[in-house]
Amino acid sequence: MAEDVKPRVKVPKTAAAGEVITIKTLISHQMESGQRKGKDGNLIPRSIINRFTCDFNGENVIDVVLEPAISTNPYFEFDAKVPASGEFKFTWYDDDGSVYEDTKAITVN
Amino acid sequence: MIFSRRELLIVGAGASLTMALPIMTHAATSDELIATFTGGAAVAEGGITLTAPEIAENGNTVPVSIDAPGASEVLILATGNPNADVATFKFGPLAGSFVASTRIRLAKTQDVVAIAKMADGSFASAKSTVKVTIGGCGG
Repeated sequence: MAEDVKPRVKVPKTAAAGEVITIKTLISHQMESGQRKGKDGNLIPRSIINRFTCDFNGENVIDVVLEPAISTNPYFEFDAKVPASGEFKFTWYDDDGSVYEDTKAITVN
Repeated sequence: MIFSRRELLIVGAGASLTMALPIMTHAATSDELIATFTGGAAVAEGGITLTAPEIAENGNTVPVSIDAPGASEVLILATGNPNADVATFKFGPLAGSFVASTRIRLAKTQDVVAIAKMADGSFASAKSTVKVTIGGCGG
């Protein structure tokens, strides 16, 4: 498992019903591309996050497939519609099988 | 170090194998990836927007964003990278807009291509040339 993987997500705390909000996500991950060579001259094996999803109350907002060409500490910015109060769930899937999760609640007033 | 004839042969075989490896990793060309994504359907120019910097000083992290109104899926390709595929975005029912941004690696100066699959099954594309000062694929 990659070390020190820490998801960071920015979601507004409140929104109006049906409002479109912008979400920013960042996760610390070295995203080893499998193209680099180590000190011993051998290729460092690929180790990346290969999928990222965002759901709101079980409904999908965005689903991204990542390839090694995504930079270290993958960053995503996208918009989501908020029909009601609820919870955003963010999930990152690592090559090694680990799954990193984060949730953020939002209140509609 | 002095090699015997047998050792030299083994070393030689190893070297030619490592020489062959980069050719194999180049297999995923952008044309093939586009064909797989579209299933051979025609791709129209325009209709979507791909925003990328004209000059990227550091190829390790190049900010790109897509705006593809009406798209269900967007494929991003970096035509000059060892592996051309970069990412595939799928917009779900709660996507507020068809805009998404991320940061990508570019090995050298090249074209970045976005291909969107529209809700009606047609395809649209956008292209942006990025000049890269320092490549981002290690080595």
